[in-house]
Amino acid sequence: MGHVPLSWYLVLSAILFALGVAGFVYRKSVITVFMSIELMLNSVNLSFVAFSYQLQRIDGQIYSFFVMVVAAAEAAVGLAIILTIFKNRGTLQIDEVDSMKL
Amino acid sequence: MIDTVLFIICAIVAVVCGFNLVLQKHPISSALSLIGVMSSLAVLYLLLGAEFIAMTQMIVYGGAVMVLFVFVIMLLNAGSEKASSKSWFAQIAGVPLLLAFVGILAFLIRGVLPPLGTVAFGSWVGGTAEHVGQLLFTTYLLPFEIISVLILIAILGAVVLARKEID
Repeated sequence: MGHVPLSWYLVLSAILFALGVAGFVYRKSVITVFMSIELMLNSVNLSFVAFSYQLQRIDGQIYSFFVMVVAAAEAAVGLAIILTIFKNRGTLQIDEVDSMKL
Repeated sequence: MIDTVLFIICAIVAVVCGFNLVLQKHPISSALSLIGVMSSLAVLYLLLGAEFIAMTQMIVYGGAVMVLFVFVIMLLNAGSEKASSKSWFAQIAGVPLLLAFVGILAFLIRGVLPPLGTVAFGSWVGGTAEHVGQLLFTTYLLPFEIISVLILIAILGAVVLARKEID
């Protein structure tokens, strides 16, 4: 019987989270940085659902549902902020938006 | 057997698309890779018995959020990002630190957590819309209402931020 160990799901979630962190730190385009945040949220959702399977309870899935809703709200507001940045500065490079830098 | 094959295929697709998201220079390539990650994660949710979450993942993430991303990329005509100087610390220590992070997490998952079971497709289907809805509208009713207010505030915020100044 070839059943998948649950720890594989958790390791996959860790790998995706690390990739999200890498994209967040290394990329210079505001939109790509924002997509990396979505990748991290997705990987956390995966471990929520995996633990929900392990405990045979639905609570974990409810939490991942809430994470999805908050991510959707965050995407709407964040993309509006990106639009405003582009309108005011004409650039999407994250290191050119540095007016709060000392 | 078949669920092992399905898991491995989806995991490989997710990891390759994740690498592609980080490595591509053009935002639209990153967005398409992110859609690949989200679709394969939806299949993994189905394997874990979370039918409702899998469907929500496809509709909310793969549909609504990614359409919003692609729409903004097209609207702003975002081109490839320019290379700029990175700090020496990020260049030297970035990748080793990330590998150490994944290694420590994998060690914690395999070694420190109490032994986890295996996943057999179809052995537990607790995530149907009926079950999720029942819990969502009884135990989690207050968070549900609060989050609907949050959505309303987010809509207002997006409209206020992105509107054109009309004098």
